Amino acid sequence: MTTKELTCVVCPAGCRITVTLNDKGDIESIEGYTCLRGKTYAANEVTHPVRTLTSTVTIETAEGKKMLPVRTDAGIPRERLFDAMKIVRATRAKAPVHTGDILVADFIEPGTNLVACKDFL
Amino acid sequence: MAEHKLIIIGGGPAGLSAAVAAVDAGLAPEDILVLERDSEPGGILNQCIHAGFGLHRFGEELTGPEYSGRYIAMARERRIPILCNAMVLSLTDDRRVTFVSPETGYTTVEAEAVILAMGCRERTRGALSIPGTRPSGVYTAGCAQRYINIEGYMPGHRVVILGSGDIGLIMARRMTLEGAKVLAVCEIMPYSGGLARNIVQCLDDFGIPLKLSHTVVQIHGRDRVEGVTVAAVDEANGRRPIPGTEEYFECDTLLLSVGLIPENELTRGAGIDLDRMTNGASVNQFRETSAPGIYACGNVLHVHDLVDYVSEEADTAGRAAAARILGESAPVVRSVKLSTGHGVRYTVPERIDLAEEPEDVRIFFRVTDVYKKVQLVVETEGGEVLVKKAKSAVAPGEMESLTIPAAKLAGVLKSGEGGIIVKLNETGGDK
Repeated sequence: MTTKELTCVVCPAGCRITVTLNDKGDIESIEGYTCLRGKTYAANEVTHPVRTLTSTVTIETAEGKKMLPVRTDAGIPRERLFDAMKIVRATRAKAPVHTGDILVADFIEPGTNLVACKDFL
Repeated sequence: MAEHKLIIIGGGPAGLSAAVAAVDAGLAPEDILVLERDSEPGGILNQCIHAGFGLHRFGEELTGPEYSGRYIAMARERRIPILCNAMVLSLTDDRRVTFVSPETGYTTVEAEAVILAMGCRERTRGALSIPGTRPSGVYTAGCAQRYINIEGYMPGHRVVILGSGDIGLIMARRMTLEGAKVLAVCEIMPYSGGLARNIVQCLDDFGIPLKLSHTVVQIHGRDRVEGVTVAAVDEANGRRPIPGTEEYFECDTLLLSVGLIPENELTRGAGIDLDRMTNGASVNQFRETSAPGIYACGNVLHVHDLVDYVSEEADTAGRAAAARILGESAPVVRSVKLSTGHGVRYTVPERIDLAEEPEDVRIFFRVTDVYKKVQLVVETEGGEVLVKKAKSAVAPGEMESLTIPAAKLAGVLKSGEGGIIVKLNETGGDK
């Protein structure tokens, strides 16, 4: 049995939620939430926390090198954020690029992409 | 002297949204001129590469550049003229705008309406009076954000952040992901001014300590920051540092995220009335200032926590400016002043100008403190409740709003009631 304490981020109330896991890692109980959204958040957060990664990559444009803002188009596992940054750092783009263009397909996880957040035409 | 019907000062989310709303309200795009001092429109969102914008406006979570990109596209579709690299130097209360730009040189234009959308700027070290030497390596969080996200330059490697506002929290994560070591975030208040989500995803995710009721009491280093001394502060004694609690952090960078100030030099120069609490112009529900035909919206009016609300407010100003130019504004019958009651720090607007047939008016406000279980109330000075809402929790960092229905305002007009109060009632539970 292990317990995990977390702060709910669904709304400003910031409820303290305690999740108890059994030895197999399954959820035994969730306590301290005050709404259903909070309960769902807590369950996901302890079993499979994901984050959207945003960063920048260097882009070659007619006016020289600039920074192109990028993001993942879905959440990636929280523990892979630093692995993801290594790929981001090695990624280069070249104008023209449109918002939503895929720069790296199957980024960290199959079906997740690293996409451009700005037009460089 | 050149003439334009509508001049908008600032091409960020507020200015662009106001321009789009003005065109959609019937104003011809060629009658509008947006003046932007940067080399591209979009404002501060261009450097806010994190996600979390647009949930209210677009129903999806966008990054800053994506959000501003949508408004730039809307402005382009409508062929709204935007002049970049244009710095406005002065404004008069009869709507003369003087600016310089490489394309036009020193230019004065006259307008039938002006919308102020200059945004805000960060408080700096000077506003805090932190003792110590004056080395390089002390940046505002937004300045570091620009270096990293726009210029592609890392400003430091071992970082202490003072202030737990959202920009500071966002930069703690950004610098960590870029390989820096963020040692601590210090917050002088006993609670963070940032969103719970940012505390979790920017600090907790990376094990960065948040030191509440702590501040930086000394900056060390001759040419470059070599370290800072942090101490606990005494809540009961004017938040003075407590002797003996000092802790030294060896670092090369100190980021300041200690508040934003609406950028109102032009507003002041025009002699427009400012509100002491918001540091922005005092406005009516159409965001019209004390100078007729001059409107203000976005962070120049009051600092918002969501850009979605900035856009909404700018729509209001844009529509009102268009209505004035097109001669469609309803005449004002009576002005009613809004004041703050218990637990409310400020309201926007500060007055409601009632026409013969009033419309719904949405009031935005901030509370003074963290409260649990409250009722937010808008009532007349005579005690008649116009609108109320129960909330399980409120905090100064989250803007609140209530909409006064048109029928209730018609009642206020009829009764001759003098003023309206926005307040909160504590309905039980711990503070």
